[in-house]
Amino acid sequence: MKTSNRARRLLLLGAGLLPLALASSDHRVRAADDAATAAEPAQSIRLSPSQYKQSIADIFGGHIAIAGRFEPEERTEGLLAIGARQVSVSSTGVERYDDLARGVAAQVVDKDHRDTLLPCKPKAENAADEACARDFITAIGELMYRRPMSSAEVESKVKASSEAANTLHNFYAGQAAILSDMLISPKFLFRYRVLEPDPNHPGQQRLDAYSKASALSFFLWNSTPDKMLLKAAETGEINTKEGLKRQVDRMVSSPRVEGAVRAFFADMLGFSEFETVAKDPQFFPRYTLTVKDQSQEQTLRTVVDHLIARQGDYRDLFTTPHTFLTSSLAPIYGVPLIDKTDNGQPEHWMPYSFQPGDPRAGILAQASFVALHSPAGRTSPTGRGKALRENILCQAVPPPPGNVDFKFVQDTSNPVYKTTRDRLTAHRSEAMCAGCHKITDPIGLALENFDSAGGYRTTENGVQIDTSGELSGVKFDGPAGLAKVLHDDPAVTSCVAKKAFAFGAGQLPAANDAEWVGIQKKFTDSHYNFVELLRQIALSDLLYKLPPSKVAAAAGQSVQ
Amino acid sequence: MAATSVLERMLNRRRVLKGMMAGSAITVGLPTFDCLLNDNGNAYAATGAPLQPRFATWFWALGLGEADWRPKDAGTNYELPIQLQALKPIQKKMNLFSGGQVFLDGQSNSTHYTGVQGMMTGKVSSTGGYFGSFDTVITDLIAQGTRFRSIECTASGDPKATWSSRLDTGLQPSEVSPLALYTRIFGPEYKDPNAAEFTPDPDVMVRHSVLSAVKDEREELMRLLGASDRAKLDNYFTSLRTLEQKLAFQLQKPEPLAACTKPGVPEKEKEQALTLATDAMERHNQFAVLLAHALACGQTRSVNYAMTVGMSGLRMEGDPTNHHTYTHEEPIDPVLGYQVKSAWFQSLYMKALYDFAMTMDNIQEGDRTLLDRMVIFAYTDHGAPRLHSIRNYPVITIGSGNGRMKTGMHIPKSGDAVTRVGLTVQQAMGVPISEWGFGSNRVTSSISEVLA
Repeated sequence: MKTSNRARRLLLLGAGLLPLALASSDHRVRAADDAATAAEPAQSIRLSPSQYKQSIADIFGGHIAIAGRFEPEERTEGLLAIGARQVSVSSTGVERYDDLARGVAAQVVDKDHRDTLLPCKPKAENAADEACARDFITAIGELMYRRPMSSAEVESKVKASSEAANTLHNFYAGQAAILSDMLISPKFLFRYRVLEPDPNHPGQQRLDAYSKASALSFFLWNSTPDKMLLKAAETGEINTKEGLKRQVDRMVSSPRVEGAVRAFFADMLGFSEFETVAKDPQFFPRYTLTVKDQSQEQTLRTVVDHLIARQGDYRDLFTTPHTFLTSSLAPIYGVPLIDKTDNGQPEHWMPYSFQPGDPRAGILAQASFVALHSPAGRTSPTGRGKALRENILCQAVPPPPGNVDFKFVQDTSNPVYKTTRDRLTAHRSEAMCAGCHKITDPIGLALENFDSAGGYRTTENGVQIDTSGELSGVKFDGPAGLAKVLHDDPAVTSCVAKKAFAFGAGQLPAANDAEWVGIQKKFTDSHYNFVELLRQIALSDLLYKLPPSKVAAAAGQSVQ
Repeated sequence: MAATSVLERMLNRRRVLKGMMAGSAITVGLPTFDCLLNDNGNAYAATGAPLQPRFATWFWALGLGEADWRPKDAGTNYELPIQLQALKPIQKKMNLFSGGQVFLDGQSNSTHYTGVQGMMTGKVSSTGGYFGSFDTVITDLIAQGTRFRSIECTASGDPKATWSSRLDTGLQPSEVSPLALYTRIFGPEYKDPNAAEFTPDPDVMVRHSVLSAVKDEREELMRLLGASDRAKLDNYFTSLRTLEQKLAFQLQKPEPLAACTKPGVPEKEKEQALTLATDAMERHNQFAVLLAHALACGQTRSVNYAMTVGMSGLRMEGDPTNHHTYTHEEPIDPVLGYQVKSAWFQSLYMKALYDFAMTMDNIQEGDRTLLDRMVIFAYTDHGAPRLHSIRNYPVITIGSGNGRMKTGMHIPKSGDAVTRVGLTVQQAMGVPISEWGFGSNRVTSSISEVLA
């Protein structure tokens, strides 16, 4: 096997031969060193729960159940994918990863799976078999660690698994023990971006081949690299322009790209917040736990269908009448959906298209948006407007100031302020509040036709709801009007491009970077084809540049 | 207690001094723990081993009301306000601190966050994260040798609701399910300390053993990474060490604890996210029982509980408006002087706090109750709720921490830094510091009236 630069380097690391200069504790000093000669340190990114699950499914098969809880994620600059660069693992988190690992490992070696997931059979089931253990560890190690394991690494694991097997008098229990160990290893739970000198550009650094394969794979598949991609890293093919293009084209045309599209939009739309969403069954009896889960799936199916299957214009996501419904979801939308299967169980997803002019056009009119950004019992135009600004338009809304006085709206018995719009309008008359509310409320109020659970309504407290509004100087009426204005707002497309890049790179792009400007132009030229956007980002050098170090921030956090 | 164990504690306390007290001058020596000396002569378990103090934090949202909740009198003869009536039966076992505030020192005030940041970490920062709450300093001091360093949980359904945050790994995730917490503590891996027989589990032995293979990866990865990523990795390995300690705990025969009994399995649970206040109370009481048994059974000595997040989404049945929204939108009753519906929630939280304390008080450990051996630090994110003020904070402590705190008092400290309560509690629990906090939130003396 040809050994890559990175593999050689890791072997050196294992032998303790790496120059000590690399272990300098002061990154700022190192950054000031001659960039032509100094080796830059690697950065680590914690796997998200969806990346963990998809990696397990790709390595061991989708039939391995992953039961348990993950360490909570951290949202930074609007994305969990950016926060993943900054988080470690808490003691409770390690406990949870340990539980998950043991659950996975037990299934991999159980009688239902061992014959297909282990590459060999032991000579005896009640004792260690080093040769078989070595085959198993080598096979899974490359996929789990996203690079070949060094022989020292393999032998260390073989030794530990053999000791476990002999202690427990069970070869498979020994393999489960070492697999658990590998699943809680930081080599699996974190992925790494390692730089190496760029032979084509003396004095410059580039991401090493295996790191590049990982970056590409988690960006386009939300999962670990497959064997072909690892092979391209091993041979160095991935470092050539043509080789990279071959891999990128192969990957974007694979069904696995759906995993990345789903993960990206779930992140961008803030679906992780659904775990704390509940609606009052007294007011919204149709909003069940099933509906809560299915509303997210509805939006993701709509996204995948429009962006991948139809290769549609990203902007049309906000106006498309096409979606998917189940018999549980249909009542939320007032749609008489008939499931023609025998007994309707399990529920089926059925394509559905709203009639032209229906206010339900686009994904923002779906329950996943309007219900997520509403409290349990009533709507929040401010919350919806804020989410729309931040998630869809990449526009920051400042936090509310302390000591806000709500005296103008606290008198809810005032006959003048009957509707939410009335109360918010009164509140906006306060100078200290007006600045923020004028950027959130006009667009949030346009969605007032949708109640807290996503149902449709036209009145509130007996008064007709006014859904008129204004965005970027363009006036509109109602959710369908808002959808059309959003469709034509350039901030919508620039925002999704920025966030898609950050999903892969762990940082937002520099606005004036020439290569980034070029990617945006190609996105425009492709009629805002999202898969083409992913392709262009994957082919660019930008994705493989190391994000700036967070040393200063980390130092600030550590000194209390 | 073996000498090595004391030495280990001393080392850990020195590590606390070195690592956790950065920025605070240390001017007192390392005191001897009363609990180890057993100076009361009656704090022994069945084996003669001294019973350790315990610690809990308990968070509720959105204060107690306007200034009306503050008792007129100081000291031991004070009248509990209407919002605190639920606590009347244990008034002699609690202290009420009023008037304290968090100083911004020019930093911006992020509502529901900055006040707690100042109160719990001693530092207010617009840019820095929320790291190193003082409960973790106490935990590191008292919770060595337990199965769980600390346990966090919340009734709110939000795993980020509790405010306990370590300097290294940050905010500690909360358990949101009583059943999951029961399984974690009292499930198949639980070893009854009062069982006659003890057999180490070979699976646990193997798990403990193979962890060393992961630990061996540390140096290799450390050499690869830059400074900030090394810190992250270091934090990971610190967390891994707690897993190793947990497994080591399970391999040793636990000391008998007469007060320890295994609780029943929590009944079928509601959905993770809940919004009805009555549901939250039910879940709270399930957690309280589990935490009390965990403390009595030596599984941990430190727990952190949050009723809800700061922006409490709890509601009365049949009412679409939640507590947080009421604090913003409800008029102050001109006669009563406070927001009536908001006060309903505040009274409910105090009833929950009473239930929490009584669950601890119902467990007898020798001649004291579990509550007597612990300090519950109950705190909130705001003073006056309508304005989301960071002045006039109500802070409540319950329990004497094995006789280390006097109780039964109202301590008014108008305009004082609320961090003084945090310093006082830390000193009561044996943390060897003489000052705490940063900038205007730095305090150099504790509240001597309550220190025994």
